[in-house]
Amino acid sequence: MIKFLLMVNKQGQTRLSKYYEQVELGKRAALEADVVRGCLARRKEECSFVEYKDYKLVYRQYAALFIVVGITENENELSIYELVHNFVEVLDKYFSRVSELDIMFNLDKVHIILDEMILNGHIVETNKNRILAPLLALDKMAES
Amino acid sequence: MSDVVEKTLTALPGLFESQTGAAKITNRLRQLIKSITELTSKHEEENLIKRELSAIKEQVSSPNTTMKQMREIMVRAMYCEMLGYDASFTYIHAIKLAQQGGVLEKRVGYLAVSLFLNEGHELLLLLVNTVLKDLQSTNLIEVCMALTVVAQVFPKDMIPAVLPLVEDKLSHPKEIIRRKAVLALYKFYLIAPNQVQHIHAKFCKALSDKDPGVMASSLHIYLQLIRESPDSYKDLTGSFVTILKQVLGGKLPVDFNYHSVPAPWLQIQLLRILSLLGKEDQSTSELMYEVLDESLRRAEMNHNITYAILYECVKAVYTIHPKAELLEKAARCIGNFVLSPKINLKYLGLKALTYVVQHDAKLALQHQMTIIECLDHSDFTIKRETLELLFRITNAQNVTVIVEKMLDFLCYVPIKTLTFAPDNSWFIQTMNDVFSIGGDLLQQDDPNNFLRLLAEGKPEEDDQLRLYAVESYLTVLKGHTSHLPQCFLQVMSWVLGEYAHLQESVDRREVIRLLTQLLDQRSVSSETRVWILSALTKIPEGQTDLILDLAESLSSSQDTVLRQQAQELRHLSQDSQLREWVLVENSCAVDSSLSFLDGFVSEALAAGAAPYKPPHQRQEELSLNLEPYSFSLPVSLSSCSITDRQSPTLLSVSSGLSGNSAELSTLILEGVKRVWGKDGYLPQKEATAPPVDEPSAAVQPASQQEAAERIEPRPEPSTQNQDKQQLASSLFVGLGVGSSVSLLGKSEAPPPRFRKKPRPHESSSSSGTSKRSSDSSSRSSRNTTDSFLYGSFPEEEPATSISTFDHTPKSTTANGLSQNKDTKEDRHANTSQILGGDMVIVRPSTIQDKHPPSVSSDLTALLPADLKDLPHSDVISLTSDPSLSLSSCRLFRDEALLLVIFISNCTETVIKDVAVQLTCEELKVCTGNVMDCLEARSTSVCHYALLMDDPHTNVSLTGTVSYQTQPGHTNTLPFSGTLSTADFIRPLVVTTEEYGKLWLSLSHDVKQNLKLLTDAGDPLRTTLNALKDALQLHVVDIIGSEGIVACRLLSGAPCLLHCRVNGAALAMWLRSPHPALPDFILYHCQRALAHH
Repeated sequence: MIKFLLMVNKQGQTRLSKYYEQVELGKRAALEADVVRGCLARRKEECSFVEYKDYKLVYRQYAALFIVVGITENENELSIYELVHNFVEVLDKYFSRVSELDIMFNLDKVHIILDEMILNGHIVETNKNRILAPLLALDKMAES
Repeated sequence: MSDVVEKTLTALPGLFESQTGAAKITNRLRQLIKSITELTSKHEEENLIKRELSAIKEQVSSPNTTMKQMREIMVRAMYCEMLGYDASFTYIHAIKLAQQGGVLEKRVGYLAVSLFLNEGHELLLLLVNTVLKDLQSTNLIEVCMALTVVAQVFPKDMIPAVLPLVEDKLSHPKEIIRRKAVLALYKFYLIAPNQVQHIHAKFCKALSDKDPGVMASSLHIYLQLIRESPDSYKDLTGSFVTILKQVLGGKLPVDFNYHSVPAPWLQIQLLRILSLLGKEDQSTSELMYEVLDESLRRAEMNHNITYAILYECVKAVYTIHPKAELLEKAARCIGNFVLSPKINLKYLGLKALTYVVQHDAKLALQHQMTIIECLDHSDFTIKRETLELLFRITNAQNVTVIVEKMLDFLCYVPIKTLTFAPDNSWFIQTMNDVFSIGGDLLQQDDPNNFLRLLAEGKPEEDDQLRLYAVESYLTVLKGHTSHLPQCFLQVMSWVLGEYAHLQESVDRREVIRLLTQLLDQRSVSSETRVWILSALTKIPEGQTDLILDLAESLSSSQDTVLRQQAQELRHLSQDSQLREWVLVENSCAVDSSLSFLDGFVSEALAAGAAPYKPPHQRQEELSLNLEPYSFSLPVSLSSCSITDRQSPTLLSVSSGLSGNSAELSTLILEGVKRVWGKDGYLPQKEATAPPVDEPSAAVQPASQQEAAERIEPRPEPSTQNQDKQQLASSLFVGLGVGSSVSLLGKSEAPPPRFRKKPRPHESSSSSGTSKRSSDSSSRSSRNTTDSFLYGSFPEEEPATSISTFDHTPKSTTANGLSQNKDTKEDRHANTSQILGGDMVIVRPSTIQDKHPPSVSSDLTALLPADLKDLPHSDVISLTSDPSLSLSSCRLFRDEALLLVIFISNCTETVIKDVAVQLTCEELKVCTGNVMDCLEARSTSVCHYALLMDDPHTNVSLTGTVSYQTQPGHTNTLPFSGTLSTADFIRPLVVTTEEYGKLWLSLSHDVKQNLKLLTDAGDPLRTTLNALKDALQLHVVDIIGSEGIVACRLLSGAPCLLHCRVNGAALAMWLRSPHPALPDFILYHCQRALAHH
């Protein structure tokens, strides 16, 4: 199961966080800082999975942005690693060449996309067209 | 990949202007984002967000704020919360936005709700109407977002309100609506399984939906259902196989592909389902061999995602019923993984190998050189995974090497590994290393487990080990001690306090000197000081001068706890009588089932208190998700100084009527009598079972070496290689031919007692390895030394007037009451008229059997003929006075409990008008009955049929006998007793099939981990037999590590128990149509096991 998904930049600033298991607001910042520290300490040639408390962290770096997913032991790390890439590909498709700023300025939309892909910690949709369909419909309505 | 994100902060100004159309951003949000990107310190962030929050506050309360602005405000609030600042005042506005906004605003409103509110937040109730309205909307987008939010957060008790609407959507023409409806139902199933039980058929329809997306969503439900009860869904195997075949065959639309691999995550999901279905089931497994083979074959493309699928496939192949050809292919796959230069694949390979060696340890041999290399890998994660793998193949021959490797790593030595310890000195030495290197990084359990291991053994057998420990610690303490971790110091002081006297040659003064020296060290924490002082207290008398000096010097300490202890130490060393009182040999049985609370509990229940429910059940019933309090509260010493032999930090307060304590991992002394006396440790518990040596293992080393060589023909090893080979041969020894056998084989010379499986997670609450009564623990919280001497060892109240019935029926046969079937019919005629309401004492039928008075053990002979054959309890005395004596006995009849009361006349005269009146607090008062007279020295019998419709933990009975010795002068004699639910439990004889059907139809369930009796060869069977004997359960079947057991409450509600061995615990899952029955049965199971 997926416990959380974070987008954090190299400076350790959180750009997006989504928890699939309740974590108190006050504890999130510390957890996020810990997680980023864990990922930043890794070198390129090391594997993309780190143990963190009861979780495994799967992380992937895009320019200055890290996407980190916390998962349970029984999850398949590599499939999550690819899921992250699929997510980025979807963002890329929607924003055409996505950047950290796109994500910041469209926090709500990124969340809407994520909600289509992951629900309650489970992967529910990976088909890019289908992921984007509801959001595109919304955009269309807003325009008209 | 990295070109995806190219734009950097330098593009910022341009971006602000370039926002157009739908992506238009209002000023304030833009300002906020700009400020956030420019933040340089935490302090700045704090100021910024504070300002932002007050601005938001102002805006939301202004009546002029439009919905459009509100949408932007919500995004700003999301930012504030994301950075960790509370914006709870906006929650209500999020709900309003979802209620009143246009489509886009509505979506953001719902999004904010799902981000801000967690399940159980009371504001969610306000969302219900909005959701209801949107579900009925003609606008598909609105329906869609309502379904999404329902699947994310929705108040559990409002599910019935939306359920019909959601169900309707299952047949909606749009795939996206059907898909989201399925996901919403999945969520309902997770949080309130009972609510959606009736729509299983619809899940099935979703599975066969023509749209692959809807079908894929239904797999989440099926994975969950199958995980819970694989047997119920075997018939779907064919469907899953077909689906997987179609996916593999590229039958899905091309947009389901990811990097030209068809729906990879769907494949993974299907493989997981198949492996659950095929587990331990040959015929089902056979259905999937072909598709698994194809799956292994297809995944040849060199892309990460295909390896992710392969990994799942390999796991499936090793989980289901084995097929040689597939195993071979899977093993080859693993080989590709571990040998891959790609580090992520290597990791996954090791993970797969770790999984596989549990089924086939031989496979580790094939990859031993890779494993050795990974062991020294620079990547922490890889190393860690390799150790995990080694941990799984630990056996008696390779333990020393493996533990050494683990120590090198991070001092990550699960004490469990040390069960294979070859000898005492190695064990102690290794533990010394573990403590001094790992020290305070160790889990709190580890030192305690170690101490327990030392304390638990028998004196003769383990004194040697203890001696060795004492000696080695004295050596350590004589050296440089300032660098030693606190937990090691604590362990050492405990051992020295406890066992220093074993070593004749050790000068006690020396021990005291060494310990005192520690006290003087600055680096020693105050917690450790308490340990040391406790140890000093235990070192026997005779060294008063040293002790007094010490007490003197500490009496001016700044630490109150230390001062207190010093004071006690002084008192104790001066007053030998007091010392004997406090530290004398006495046993202290820990009643982990808290049976002493039974009276209180039944009183509370009688007074209308709700029966105790374990937290998970509570959660299901409560509308608000109240987080349970944590079970154990580590009580810090400074606040409460309970010291002595307990490990001070681990004092835990357990809430444990239904034994939540099962989850506690602290060290325990469950139900074990511990004695400590002058002569050392005098264990009273039964000798621990003969060492279990199954996991220790070993086939003749020669054949292993041979096997290892045969499988690993290494071409001319270099010297470095030779080192590795040597390491390999020592690591993988014991995994040779027929390695699966060797893992379970016998070892030549069973080393001492480490073979005994440690039970690190046994349930219970008491902590510490204390042997002396914890009562003697320095009750320093009390102010006078004297006061604690009183009432510390409460005298057992002689159970005369209140006698608790023993639970065990005396003559029950293995199968409960089956032997009585022949007499059942005639009894039936008898009882049908006697049986009444709830728990009613129906027939006060007195049978005037007159016999000469006899000793109570013979009273059963007086039972009426039709009752003689029933299993019964011991006869116990209820009450007596000079004229009459009353005894009772319980008879276990299928449909009722018969309470037989024997009334004996102890005088030489006739007693007249004897009337027994029996009352049961919970229920109706029963009519008494009068006997005309009771002859001198005779006994008469009356019996009552008791029924229980609603379980109670304990039922108390009170009653009176009135009689006349002289006409006109009535005496009354009160009596009372308690009955337990256990008396009303009867075996339910069903077949496995019937059990399965019944299981599915039952709604109330409870899960709990119970203690597993590990002192015999087959823990599951032993435990179940113990339960059967204590509670008259019917053991339906035992298959492997699982057992099913059935019982019922008299002839009423059944209760099914499903037991599975889970590590050192017994995972018990109970189901019954009666909401409270499982809890009561669980409670009695716990008690039965605790008393065993």
